[in-house]
Amino acid sequence: MSVITYRQALHDALREEMLRDQDVFLIGEEIGLFEGSYKITAGMLEEFGEKRVRDTPIAEEGFTGAAIGAAMLGLRPVVELMTINFSLIAIDQIINHAAKIYGMFGGQARVPLVIRTPGGGGQQLGATHSQNIELFYAFVPGMKVVAPSSPADAKALMLAAIRDDDPVLVLENLALYNTTGEVPDVVEPAEIGKAKVTREGKDITVVAYSRMAHVALQVAEQLAREEGIDVEVVDLRSLRPLDRDTVVESVKKTNCAVVLEDDWLTYGIGAEIAATISDGAFDYLDAPVRRVAMAEVPLPYAKSLETAALPSAADAANAIRETLDAVARRR
Amino acid sequence: MPRKARAVAPTPDEQLAFYRQMVQVRRFEERAARAYTEAKIGGYCHLNLGEEGTVAGLMAAMQPDDYIFTNYREHGYALARGIAPERVMAELYGRSDGVSRGWGGSMHMFDIESRFMGGYGIVGGQVPLATGAALAIDYRGGSEAVICQMGEGTTNIGAFHESLNIAALWNLPIVYVVINNGLGMGTTVEKSSAEPELYKRAASYRMASARVDGNDPEAVHEATKVALASARAGKPYLLEAVSGRMKGHSVVDPAKYRSKEETEAARAGDPVAAYATRLSEKGVLTEELIAQIDAEVRAEVTAAAEFADASPHPEVKTLFDYTYATPVANDSRRLPGEALYPAAPRPSSKGASA
Ligand SMILES: Cc1ncc(C[n+]2csc(CCOP(=O)(O)OP(=O)(O)O)c2C)c(N)n1
Repeated sequence: MSVITYRQALHDALREEMLRDQDVFLIGEEIGLFEGSYKITAGMLEEFGEKRVRDTPIAEEGFTGAAIGAAMLGLRPVVELMTINFSLIAIDQIINHAAKIYGMFGGQARVPLVIRTPGGGGQQLGATHSQNIELFYAFVPGMKVVAPSSPADAKALMLAAIRDDDPVLVLENLALYNTTGEVPDVVEPAEIGKAKVTREGKDITVVAYSRMAHVALQVAEQLAREEGIDVEVVDLRSLRPLDRDTVVESVKKTNCAVVLEDDWLTYGIGAEIAATISDGAFDYLDAPVRRVAMAEVPLPYAKSLETAALPSAADAANAIRETLDAVARRR
Repeated sequence: MPRKARAVAPTPDEQLAFYRQMVQVRRFEERAARAYTEAKIGGYCHLNLGEEGTVAGLMAAMQPDDYIFTNYREHGYALARGIAPERVMAELYGRSDGVSRGWGGSMHMFDIESRFMGGYGIVGGQVPLATGAALAIDYRGGSEAVICQMGEGTTNIGAFHESLNIAALWNLPIVYVVINNGLGMGTTVEKSSAEPELYKRAASYRMASARVDGNDPEAVHEATKVALASARAGKPYLLEAVSGRMKGHSVVDPAKYRSKEETEAARAGDPVAAYATRLSEKGVLTEELIAQIDAEVRAEVTAAAEFADASPHPEVKTLFDYTYATPVANDSRRLPGEALYPAAPRPSSKGASA
């Protein structure tokens, strides 16, 4: 067991898979010589050479599509898209092709593709560089979307994604790259499609993924310490498939829930979770499900506005308190 | 810049094979059009009528282990790749014996056995994919090549340019084949392409290219052999085949945007009739042979339609079989209207309610 960063965990997973399987290769902009915009692929070009660490022109649609085509012939490409914002240039290849090829041709060609890309705001990058649009991909049958919140999960889910025979988008997060956590010396691939209760509690369920699942644990510890509130945290880890049962079982126990998400509220991931709770635990609910999401604006550059627009630990704590107040009034 | 391929004259057998292939595509497409009007076929249905010369010449130049990616106008290419007409027709009929098991339809034929890597309904969608297949061949040091077929309208989509650039940078074994039938749906090549001589676009990528008469199967065959040899030597290639479209964009398009003269010119340029005349003049074809080939092909196509009609519709219980290649936890398998969770009231401490 050692304590490493989320960035290091991703790097280690890529490196281990490159060593294990000659069919695995990395492809993307500035991943070789420049070592990646966020340095996940540092040192890889030197170790594996140009054939397996392939710098591309700025042509997201072209090289993502080429990776899909290579996957159809049995290679296992790992595409880096600098940030999820730029995935929009490649969205036709991802949604109309990667996610369709297996089904549309009656199961004749698999697409063992990984797209790794960070989302997230808070770096003062402005409206086009700060989005959380994982929902676009999680919406589509045929895609798998995983969203690790800890270094251990980053490694285990990346290993799983690379070994998976379907297209998997691994959602990373700019604000998580430098976070640290314990990672076992030997990590087994995680099971895609499974959520995890990362903190057991009896008072309230908090459902989150990616950065907000990290925030959820911090808020839970703080509320336990300072206010004696016992929060159960469900980290979704996989946005498609979605592990509804783990959410529902938790709410059956706690009877109330708050969803934390970095994307926009209307039609967001939280809406799907709230609907799931309504379907699966309606009679167990003692308060409406609250959602804490990003303000519905193009994210501004100015720090004061950016900070106000992004969901914070304080926003989460408030929503938890208010939900528990609503429960108390009802009981 | 017509390239000087040292053309080896085809043997009479080869010429007959081209002709037979062209007739097969012609009769198959006519039969598909009929089945469409009989409502046996749904969706969009784009035919290769007028493209037969290109289909025959191009496909004959491919090796068995080469790969081909096409657009949605691909029935003829599938037939010429050796896929049984029964399975192509059954796909059009949406039946379980179709090449894509009824999941693809007219626009999405696929056959892994013959490395027919798909018709694609999104204009330009196949171009990056084909480029990636060439990348995989190169990665593994293979000697196969990839053909990427598309219409001329497709050369204006970004993915086309991104892909040619990538293929040229990485010396990939791929031939991009542009079928220039002069029309997108109704938009002419002059109205859509600032440089309407499309093979010239290769110059931007320092890629070799040529333009060939798509109505002439022998010329297409020679040009494709040159292009494939170049691709196998690590020099990707752009081949433009100038052909015609004899009918509307798809079965349901009356092509009102074309003048009478244009329509007549397209009919007069019928590549099947022209090739029959040419081979007859050379004494390779006789009237009897023409009639014999026609009868054989008609019988084949009729049998294909009968097979398709008798093939079972895919069973509803297979609906969720092809979302993912491998089983995954919590995969959603619900028909419309099915409840996510059965209604189950909360167990009450006061005991069960009445
Ligand atoms: C991305 C995209 N845009 C538009 C369409 C609708 N569409 C289908 S075929 C077509 C014309 C394509 O022309 P061309 O590439 O010349 O091929 P042709 O049909 O002539 O064989 C259009 C616009 C589409 N299928 N995909």
